Amino acid sequence: MNITQLTVRYGAFTAVDDVSLDIPPGGAVGLVGESGSGKSTLARALVGLAPVSAGTITGIPVGHAQMVFQDPYHSLDPRLTVGASVAEGIRLPRGERATEVARLLDLVTLDAAVASRYPRELSGGQRQRVAIARALGARPELLVADEITSALDVSVQGAILNLIRDLRARLGLAVLFISHNLAVVRYVADVIAVMHNGRLVEVGPTDEVINHPREDYTRTLMAAVPGIGDGL
Amino acid sequence: MRRLRSSPAGLAGLLLVTAFVVLAVIGPPLWATDAARIDAAKILQGTSPGHPLGTDTLGRDILARVLVAGRLSLLLAVAATLIGTVVGIPLGALPAVLPRRAGRFVVGLIGSLVAFPGLLLAMFTTIVLGLGARGAVFGIGLAAAPAVARLTHTLTASVAGSDYVAAARMLRVPRRRVLLRHILPNVAEPLILNITMILGSSLLGLAGLSFLGLGVQAPEYDWGRMLSEGLSRVYVHPEVALAPAVAIMAAGIGFHLLGESMARIAARESRHAPTGPAAPAPPVDVPADTPSAALELRGLTVTFPGGARPVRDVSLSVNPGEIVGIVGESGSGKSLTALAVGGLVPYPGVVTTARLALAGQEVNRLSRAARRRLLGTALAMVFQDPMSSLNPALTVGSQLAEVPIVHEGLSRRASWTRAVNRLRQVRIPDPDRRSRQRPHQFSGGMRQRAVIAMGLMGTPKLLIADEPTTALDVTVQRQVLELLAEVTVRTDAGVLFISHDMAVVSQICHRVVVMYAGRVVEELPVQDLPEPAHPYTRALVACLPDMRTDRDRPLATIPGRPPSPVDAESTGGCAFASRCGFATPLCVTERPPLKEHGAGRRLACWYPRSGPVREETP
Repeated sequence: MNITQLTVRYGAFTAVDDVSLDIPPGGAVGLVGESGSGKSTLARALVGLAPVSAGTITGIPVGHAQMVFQDPYHSLDPRLTVGASVAEGIRLPRGERATEVARLLDLVTLDAAVASRYPRELSGGQRQRVAIARALGARPELLVADEITSALDVSVQGAILNLIRDLRARLGLAVLFISHNLAVVRYVADVIAVMHNGRLVEVGPTDEVINHPREDYTRTLMAAVPGIGDGL
Repeated sequence: MRRLRSSPAGLAGLLLVTAFVVLAVIGPPLWATDAARIDAAKILQGTSPGHPLGTDTLGRDILARVLVAGRLSLLLAVAATLIGTVVGIPLGALPAVLPRRAGRFVVGLIGSLVAFPGLLLAMFTTIVLGLGARGAVFGIGLAAAPAVARLTHTLTASVAGSDYVAAARMLRVPRRRVLLRHILPNVAEPLILNITMILGSSLLGLAGLSFLGLGVQAPEYDWGRMLSEGLSRVYVHPEVALAPAVAIMAAGIGFHLLGESMARIAARESRHAPTGPAAPAPPVDVPADTPSAALELRGLTVTFPGGARPVRDVSLSVNPGEIVGIVGESGSGKSLTALAVGGLVPYPGVVTTARLALAGQEVNRLSRAARRRLLGTALAMVFQDPMSSLNPALTVGSQLAEVPIVHEGLSRRASWTRAVNRLRQVRIPDPDRRSRQRPHQFSGGMRQRAVIAMGLMGTPKLLIADEPTTALDVTVQRQVLELLAEVTVRTDAGVLFISHDMAVVSQICHRVVVMYAGRVVEELPVQDLPEPAHPYTRALVACLPDMRTDRDRPLATIPGRPPSPVDAESTGGCAFASRCGFATPLCVTERPPLKEHGAGRRLACWYPRSGPVREETP
């Protein structure tokens, strides 16, 4: 996907300001920034949920970029079974849907029996897997993951991050992974893009950005990442 | 249904509505002949044995007529409500499916219709459609429609903004299908509850129109018409007018009570309210007092009716100037432990402690007033969402100033000066101006500082911080953590820092207490954190990616999920055994006690591990 000079305005407020970014097929780009930096608005614009004021998004047809949301407790309809939710994006004859749902659940390492359960019966990590399976149902080329582990326990976060890496490898899926935590982004992405006040301030290969950040802002973000035994 | 019967208002509403429905069914067949019998000899009489509520201008029995009129009154109200909902719900749901611009127009239309007085609209419609029951029903129905539309729009707008609707749009599910599948089912419940109340209002409105002569026309009669007929005689025979009036009032009140109680129950539904007696806490050996400790907690158990025990026999202490972290997954009982110290465990939880001492004073031995004062001045609490601790309608300064006004009897001026001072101490820029602002004008990080400043208004001996930085950005998180550390040094207060994030805890705390399934499983000084002994602590440390994590290997995970607080120890053994890679049959059958494990460490595990976590292959 090629994003060229993308701008998203809400009234007088410019949430995303002239952003250009390439996401190669099968590539993983990490997007970091603080709340209000415009990273979620950029994500929503990519999947067609936010209005584009200027610029272009090319390379991936509409509907082939899917997003997974931050809070798995609110991103599944409480009145639909897991199976019905996952089936929403599937464009197959009715008879083949049940098999496809089972295949998708298996992809995210959930038991096929989960299909008949309701979201409230599942843990946060399981719900997030269901949300990922639902997005995969549309056979996307790009998966946008917007802070998908920040509502989860740290112990569950690891499993979801492993799953994202695994799906990339198995499906050749491109991933835009958004997080405010650089350590998490570093683990998932090949390329890191740093966003600040609606603009991209730094883009580069993960190791380069982590080891030789060019921008002061990137350094501030890195310094703030907590690590065990680092002290304040 | 059971909960409806257990509240007095709900019970009354249910009984009244049932009674009127029964009356509407059996009324006409039982009393229609009595109600229609004309008796020229008994015209316009008052109460008599034959006619308990008197007779009307044709000598017909009023009691029988009131009982018969119930069906028509109720049917008309139902018809009007039906019209109101059939018009109102689609109108209100329309903006959710229309394109943005057209949707906004409909919202504006609903807004202006709501602003138009309902009864006036009803009277106007009635006159246009012609006097009579049909016109009145349409009038009241159409008058109710804007309110239904507004309610539907408000409800659908909140569901339409939800992530699952966004997901459906992203998956290119057609708009009509989104409405039928996602939006309407999720607004149905509150809508139905409100329609019950609208039913009551329609009944009153129709009675009003009939009373004015705009509604039901002779020879038909409903309660409103009977009221108007009886009113001319109210000074001679008040009972004649009273009967239909009471019927109208009782039916109106009945529907409103029922609707309101149902709404209240639906709002509470999400919270669980199990029943059954609380189990007593096991006895605990009480060790000698540590008078200097900021917090001394022994044998804390929190029990909920139904056998759930989310906190089991927790003991810990916090020294002045020390930051103690409690770490664990959701459901480990760490937050409830914090709430129990502050006396804030929600009903119907039962808290038992062998000792709960704040700054050396046993809290449970104090009088109510003394306890309030101690908790109000010596204990400060900071929660994850600072907005939950701040009143959005008051300025930040006045909320801070309230603490010394209430607990120390300080003057307003002196309290305000102190508030500005404390805001300066937590490094809020331009505190004079900021103190006069409301919480929404503060950023998330500043709000959290303001809450910390509020905690500093008294003379805090203990500060409880429950996930205070979870909602904040990493850069802001760092500033808040630095502030907490600084405050601890300056005030010499102890801090109980609760978090699910081992890395954050390791940055700020001196000592770490790890909780699992309601129990303390390990306690260790922060410098020992890279080499914990409990497999659970080690897993928590291992699964956390940091800037040095090997990107070519999968992250360590903890298989399975934590047990529920009901059956955490159903086997009698260690609650972590089913998820532990080192568990043996002993772990399943016998719970390891929490014992000393080297200097300043405590551990509850039969098979302690050693060595750094990072070198261990997952």
